[in-house]
Amino acid sequence: MIRVALPFHLRRLAAVQGDVLVAVAPPPTIRSVLDALEATYPVLRGAIREHATLRRRPFVRFFAGEMDLSHEPPDTPLPEPVAAGREPFLVIGALAGG
Amino acid sequence: MSGVRVLVGTRKGAFVLSADGARKRWKITGPHFAGWEIYHLKGSPIEPQRLYASQTSGWFGQKIQRSNDGGATWEAVGDQFAYTGTPGTHQWYDGTQHPWEFKRIWHLEPSLDNPDVVYAGAEDAALFRTADGGRTWQELPALRGAKGHLWQPGAGGMGLHTILLDPAHPGRMFIAISAAGAFRSDDGGQSWRAANRGLKSPYQLPDPDAEVGHCVHRIALHPSRPGVLFMQKHWDVMRSDDAGDSWHEISGNLPSDFGFPIEVHAHEPETIYVIPIKSDSEHFPPNGRLRVYRSRTGGNEWEPLTRGLPQRNCYVNVLRDATAVDQLDPCGVYFGTTGGQVYASANAGDAWSTLARHLPSVLSVEVQTLP
Repeated sequence: MIRVALPFHLRRLAAVQGDVLVAVAPPPTIRSVLDALEATYPVLRGAIREHATLRRRPFVRFFAGEMDLSHEPPDTPLPEPVAAGREPFLVIGALAGG
Repeated sequence: MSGVRVLVGTRKGAFVLSADGARKRWKITGPHFAGWEIYHLKGSPIEPQRLYASQTSGWFGQKIQRSNDGGATWEAVGDQFAYTGTPGTHQWYDGTQHPWEFKRIWHLEPSLDNPDVVYAGAEDAALFRTADGGRTWQELPALRGAKGHLWQPGAGGMGLHTILLDPAHPGRMFIAISAAGAFRSDDGGQSWRAANRGLKSPYQLPDPDAEVGHCVHRIALHPSRPGVLFMQKHWDVMRSDDAGDSWHEISGNLPSDFGFPIEVHAHEPETIYVIPIKSDSEHFPPNGRLRVYRSRTGGNEWEPLTRGLPQRNCYVNVLRDATAVDQLDPCGVYFGTTGGQVYASANAGDAWSTLARHLPSVLSVEVQTLP
């Protein structure tokens, strides 16, 4: 299981507390984790990735294993500590606004 | 006793203010969707417990929320607003063409006769419709065919902010866009024509009498006489007596004819309200005095309404969707400010009270009159 840490507003939107767990086939990737996350919590569709293109929204960023994966291709495998469930895949609301 | 429910959308959430028909004691609930911009909330006119809300965020995009219990609980419904076909392009600030890009829903207008049918006004400007209570949305694309390639965003974005449904002529509706102008459909949105003849925008448009491109801030009608329209334009308060075929100015003795909202009294079709703002450079009331202006003659002759409103050091704005009237007698009038105050008058504007003083900046105000 992959642990996903959501920002406050998305936790409220999905009505969850703390990290959420999603099951994906190995090896987990950015795309497969987000697909599983949206399948479990459909309200998150469009809030992390744009509806039609599935591109990351401009002010959302992805971190895993202390690495910024925001600009990595969606099929990038996640680092081992995240794949093993020891560390979370982080969805972050970017610093923006001044 | 009847009651009223005021739906307030703000930069940081939604609030619901309710009172009985006396409109003296108010209960405030919220924030709903705390931290999100709530551009607009509105209830179905035939099923008042059914509410819709536009919840939006620069980070997380657009959500539409629906309530079936008057705002006590909410559920997210559909939020895919896809332009029909190839989105095409519109005029950009530098004169080039720019692709249409969905940003947010500014206004939700529930149908007059079906709680599952709702119209949604989008930025970039387009009109969407749902017939299944918000689960799915389809664009009415003919609107953008009304010279959409010539529309250009104003400083606040190219939003479709006004949707008026004509209760006397099924299929007729009016919409308004900043900065494209007013448009009318007589066939439920299948075809559209510009409704801007008589508007003048000198120094704002290359052709001050252009068919499209005028910065219309708001239009309003009285349901008993829907052929008469009132408009607050960027500058000028205007009136049409022929369902938007032509307009003439009714600014009269207003201290400024710049402003955003315009409203019609619930029971007097010739009584209208505006809230003058000093200018497009200084978005606050003239002389720091917050005054609602009322005309009982359908325009031109205006009286300031000041009792209970701050008359010094007031530098708030009132946005285009932030006024409303209830259906009680005497008519109640409501508005919210960018300073987070919500004011109400239970006597058609003669005197005002403060319902809330410290909300986030108010984007929209609607009121429901409950049995």
